[in-house]
Amino acid sequence: MTGVAHLVRLAAEPLIRWDWIGDHLDEIKARGLEHLQLTVLTLVIGFAISFPLALLAHRHRQIYAPLTWVTGILYTIPSLALFVALLPITGLSITTALIGLVSYTLLIFIRNTVAGLDGVPEDAKEAARGMGYTPRQILWRVEVPLAMPVIVAGVRIAAVTTVGLVTITALIGLGGFGHFILRGLREFFSTLTLLGAVLSVALAVAADAALLGVEWWLTPWARTRRTDRATQSQRRPTKETMG
Amino acid sequence: MSVFAEAIRWILDPANWRGAEVPGIAVRLQEHLLYSGLGVGIACAIAIPVGLSIGHTRRGEFLAVSVANLGRAIPSFAILSIVFQVMLDYWPKIAFGLGPTVIAMILLAIPPILTNTYVGVQQVDRDTVEAARGMGMTGGQVLRRLEVPLAAPLMMTGIRTAAVQVLATATLAALIGGGGLGRFIVDGFAQGDDVLVVAGAILVALLAIVAELVFGGLARLARPRLASAVAPA
Repeated sequence: MTGVAHLVRLAAEPLIRWDWIGDHLDEIKARGLEHLQLTVLTLVIGFAISFPLALLAHRHRQIYAPLTWVTGILYTIPSLALFVALLPITGLSITTALIGLVSYTLLIFIRNTVAGLDGVPEDAKEAARGMGYTPRQILWRVEVPLAMPVIVAGVRIAAVTTVGLVTITALIGLGGFGHFILRGLREFFSTLTLLGAVLSVALAVAADAALLGVEWWLTPWARTRRTDRATQSQRRPTKETMG
Repeated sequence: MSVFAEAIRWILDPANWRGAEVPGIAVRLQEHLLYSGLGVGIACAIAIPVGLSIGHTRRGEFLAVSVANLGRAIPSFAILSIVFQVMLDYWPKIAFGLGPTVIAMILLAIPPILTNTYVGVQQVDRDTVEAARGMGMTGGQVLRRLEVPLAAPLMMTGIRTAAVQVLATATLAALIGGGGLGRFIVDGFAQGDDVLVVAGAILVALLAIVAELVFGGLARLARPRLASAVAPA
């Protein structure tokens, strides 16, 4: 980061060099795949861990508080700190990145899943019970489907957060589009930084939109109701209260 | 495991708090708190008035939701890097650390504070507001005496979320030549000094957890006596 030479070079250079982007499309694609891979793996593993825990916490209320306490602490530990603290144990590997990334999704998934299950109207469960459903059938055919919008809202928050956090794994040699941000920073080359930032935001927005599509597909009964959109947008911001 | 033990021993050594040829923990902690405090403070000064106005008038909600979602989508690391490179051009004096970090922290802190402020005001029971108006309160009085106190717990939750996120993320300042506790992590990483890296990580994690607990306590204080009227935060 020493100086004047860099400053001069920076001033002489345009903010974005489109020719660089044109020449490196393959690398951009590879980094995009890496970003996507880390994000998807994180969400799948995070959900696979959280969902059973959330079901358990829904059934046995007394474990909900300790569960959110532990995952809350994981959520609080700064990502950079967690990645580097894991280095002596797991080294510069995808494992290090995944442990860190997954641990941030747990609180989001568990809170939303439990909140979604809690929000299922008692009447619906009562009706199912009256129709002779077993508790297991009630869970899978009534509670989980009705909780789906809130669960998916959690997945969307986790997805957008994870796409952002993946950029930080650039420091441990991964990073997806974050790799460009870090390299741009080190080489004082603003094209790379902007490229990484813009692509990362685009990926987050695309992931959010895709999950909205998944929700639409999973909740056919909600499609006709216009008002749902309004309640959705009101419900989402309150998720900000987690943490 | 011995790395962790050594890192804890390093933290507990008073000499490392004072520092010698390099600044010690005390200095880095001060820098860290300065970046974070400025970031959250300025974010409050922007987001609380805007949030109150959106909640009170019920206009601009779409804008608030969009800002919150966009804020979550833009990685702080990206904001920090872009602001740093732009500042090098126009304001190099504060480009290394302070300037870009504070700006990135403001942008990180605004969404949770903004959303929780306007949701908090909106959640105030409409009948109560009507009653207050019926008693002859003006819009400003309704806001000050009713909406702000009733929204306070949720607003505190927003500030707490923001503060914890900011304290955690201010670590990145070290990447652009700034100070703060991230310095230990970045320097240790560059020097291949695992103990320093882990010590820095432990310090930042502890700071974030302490902040979470302190703000949790403050939130309980902010709970008004009529808290039963507010949905639990």
